[in-house]
Amino acid sequence: MSKALIELVKKNFPDAVLESHSQLGDDTLVLAPGSWKEVCLFLKDNPQSDMNMLTDLTAVDYPDRDPRFEVVAHLYSLNRGHRLRLKAKVGDRDGETVEIDTLTELWASANWLERECFDMLGVKFLGHPDLRRILTYPEFEGHPLRKDYPAEKIQPLVQYRDEPNIDKVAPFGVDEGMSFGRQTHKRGIEDDDSRMN
Amino acid sequence: MEPLDQELDASELELPTEPMLLNVGPAHPAMHGTVRIVMELSGEIIERCDVQVGYLHRGFEKMCERGTWTQVFPYVDRCNYVSPMLNNVGFALACEKLLGITVPERCQWYRMILGELARMSDHLTCDGAMAMELGAFTPFLWMIKGREMVWEIMEEETGARLTHSFGRVGGMAAPPTEGFKEHTRAVVKHIMSIIDEVERLLLGNRIFLDRLENVGVISAEDAISLGWTGPCLRASGVPYDVRKAHPYLKYGEVDFDVPVGSASDSFDRFMVRLAEMRQSARIIEQCLERMADKGPVNVDDPRVILPAKEEVYNSIEGTIQHFKIIMEGLKLPAGEVYSYTEGGNGELGFYLVSDGSGTPHRVRIRPPCFLITAGLERVITGQMMADVVPSFGSLNMIGGECDR
Repeated sequence: MSKALIELVKKNFPDAVLESHSQLGDDTLVLAPGSWKEVCLFLKDNPQSDMNMLTDLTAVDYPDRDPRFEVVAHLYSLNRGHRLRLKAKVGDRDGETVEIDTLTELWASANWLERECFDMLGVKFLGHPDLRRILTYPEFEGHPLRKDYPAEKIQPLVQYRDEPNIDKVAPFGVDEGMSFGRQTHKRGIEDDDSRMN
Repeated sequence: MEPLDQELDASELELPTEPMLLNVGPAHPAMHGTVRIVMELSGEIIERCDVQVGYLHRGFEKMCERGTWTQVFPYVDRCNYVSPMLNNVGFALACEKLLGITVPERCQWYRMILGELARMSDHLTCDGAMAMELGAFTPFLWMIKGREMVWEIMEEETGARLTHSFGRVGGMAAPPTEGFKEHTRAVVKHIMSIIDEVERLLLGNRIFLDRLENVGVISAEDAISLGWTGPCLRASGVPYDVRKAHPYLKYGEVDFDVPVGSASDSFDRFMVRLAEMRQSARIIEQCLERMADKGPVNVDDPRVILPAKEEVYNSIEGTIQHFKIIMEGLKLPAGEVYSYTEGGNGELGFYLVSDGSGTPHRVRIRPPCFLITAGLERVITGQMMADVVPSFGSLNMIGGECDR
């Protein structure tokens, strides 16, 4: 890790950097949530930083703090071999509105990492193209890695669908939990039928 | 009769076409690991697909927040269950980084040997399963036989074949056994002969090569952007290996190469894994030579290491120390740390947040598999349906690590 990176970001974004430290050699910047994406874009494109890999993205819940959540990203530069940890404090005390910009346009890895973060901690990534749950299922209630989610909580059973003449139909909705569904498929058949006639 | 070479485009008959929606998994015989792939097929070509993971989600990170730091070890075992020793060592190193302690040299060599053996078992499983999925059952049996030998060493050292829970903060649960070096040398030699045999059997096989070459290609830029690490990234020609780029333990002192591929297809991923096993054998040989036969394995620090049993039962200080470590847990200083090692599938990171009490505030494991599986969609879109199995196999998705 290199301290020069911290100076570089501080010089270019004096208002965005709220804190910085290098505890145990891990260089860390705490950013204002509003400039999250802007700073990331700068770090990715600037030849001095050249962060071409988003190694990890997660969030930490501090129930006693306000803002309550810390979104933590670890960036890495393959060419220069340096790392940087970025943090942004977001969310109110009750955890209703926890929002930050998505990084999916910068790194493809952000897609699943942000989905996981949303699933586990309920951080909403604004502008994410496909913010679905990933490790749990669509009917899951709550966000399990929040500190106020009791570990022994039991999830409600997902009901079978009501279909005439069929006993048990899996509880999927029309789209069966995927980013594209049967609806387009069905419409396709109808279109073909009308064309044939 | 009509001529057979009739122009299809010229025909007036237009059949209605519709994309076919196909579900593969989560429990599919050709898939190792529970993953569901929803594919929209046009003929045999995959037009769109959606990879769904999470079927093995057990709330690993939540469970970690309920015990002590030492109680995390059994959980990390169950993340990448093909190479649990690498996870054990990775987590131990993360805690040690936060504590600011370094384990004795003998322990470092010992960790490296066990880690490289685990890497061998990981790669043997992946390459063997890849061959099996393409119908070559013999190499699979041979490689699993080799893996079994590795696990016999592990059983002798740790008492468990698969879930060792052998790492400790500040050392290992036990020192190496007496016959460890001899046993390891014999096994590594045997595994090398297995790899040679497998190579002779597979690399001249036209079917095997045709199914893997130029299949499942991903560009280096895409792989980097997707956050791929490990053998899958190296198969794309990017020589990033944590052991070489940021040496930990004694990796800076041993001599080994980082094998890279060039075509970044399934075949290169297969070959990179084979080559890495040979490098692991080189590393193990050097470690065995340099590991002392006598000397301490655990760090001499009463904050983290349990006292000897005689002291626990015969002195009040020993009893108290034992009680405090077991009941209150290790007191890792408040702060945060990101520690990364080279796991079986790539950069295995641990982001730990400690609040100074004996219980972790947050244990985030950065699973290499998760990001590699995220790239599966890009790898198989536009490919034939039949190529999903070898492409998926070459990524070596481990359900436990991906879903945690």
